[in-house]
Amino acid sequence: MSSTVDRDLSLHLEALRKERGDTVKVDEVGDIVRSLLTSISGDLSAGDLKLYQEIEGLAVYIHKAKAEIAALRPHDIQSEYIASATDELDAIVGATENATNEILDAAEKLEELGGELPPDLGLKLSETTTRIFEACNFQDITGQRITKVVRALKHIEERVEGLVAAFGPEFQEQLANTIAAQSGDGAEMTDQDLLNGPQMPEKAHDQAAIDALFND
Amino acid sequence: MAVDKNMHILIVDDYKTMLRIIRNLLRQLGFVNIDEATDGAMALSMMRGGGNYGLVISDWNMEPMTGLQLLREVRSDAKLKATPFIMVTAESKSENVIAAKEAGVSNYIVKPFNAETLKTKMVSVLGDF
Repeated sequence: MSSTVDRDLSLHLEALRKERGDTVKVDEVGDIVRSLLTSISGDLSAGDLKLYQEIEGLAVYIHKAKAEIAALRPHDIQSEYIASATDELDAIVGATENATNEILDAAEKLEELGGELPPDLGLKLSETTTRIFEACNFQDITGQRITKVVRALKHIEERVEGLVAAFGPEFQEQLANTIAAQSGDGAEMTDQDLLNGPQMPEKAHDQAAIDALFND
Repeated sequence: MAVDKNMHILIVDDYKTMLRIIRNLLRQLGFVNIDEATDGAMALSMMRGGGNYGLVISDWNMEPMTGLQLLREVRSDAKLKATPFIMVTAESKSENVIAAKEAGVSNYIVKPFNAETLKTKMVSVLGDF
């Protein structure tokens, strides 16, 4: 009867709790479900059976999800993609800031020169430099928007880190094996691998270094 | 009464390029005595240090002291509370504007802004010039 099953199930769960504590590793979920199914005595209703099948299916799903997450190489997401994206965004802010200051330097110089012109021309020049100063507003807004994106990326990074930690040390070992297997595949570099875009300022070769390489 | 273009104006922003832009726009409007601070705490220290400012133009989002905190400090200081205070910020939600109004802001400019808007808001606070 179903009530017998419920009682047996409770007793068995209590025994498992004493043996393993309140926390069960994801890897052990399948074993526990199988153990429950084989040890329960009494009649099983169709509903009970369906429930157990659902739980076992869930365990299989979790195993599959873990394998897929391992294949995504979450450490790469943290250490490479997000770190790289953050650096690129910082570089955008730095580059646009430098460019804005250059523009402001030039506009201020024009303002000075305006004082040496006839008044009507000086006024026209001043109106033009005003438009330049106004347009340079973009830099502040761009910087603030990019800061928001960087914050969002850091949030994703923390979530990925939390996911990896939640799966426990076995998962991290599995992850390390996946990375070792993928990095040792010895694939040849393709044209696509050469498309890296602009380099970070501290890593980029300047023209003199390029000339040296070219003439080597 | 005519606005004294020799009055001292304090501009506050953690972004130095923005300080430079506002300084240039103010200079084009004829104001020459312009001091700069890079956060609210620095601005407050300058004001309490005897800056005698006829106008404060401040950003909101700064550390360690925000523009809103600066405004509240100014409004609760017996010697400074009458200082005209314009907030210039990218914070454009209605709750921001309401909070600034409740704190006693004189006017509110949303970034990005142009010279005409700056002048209009200054006129509304100081009178025509």
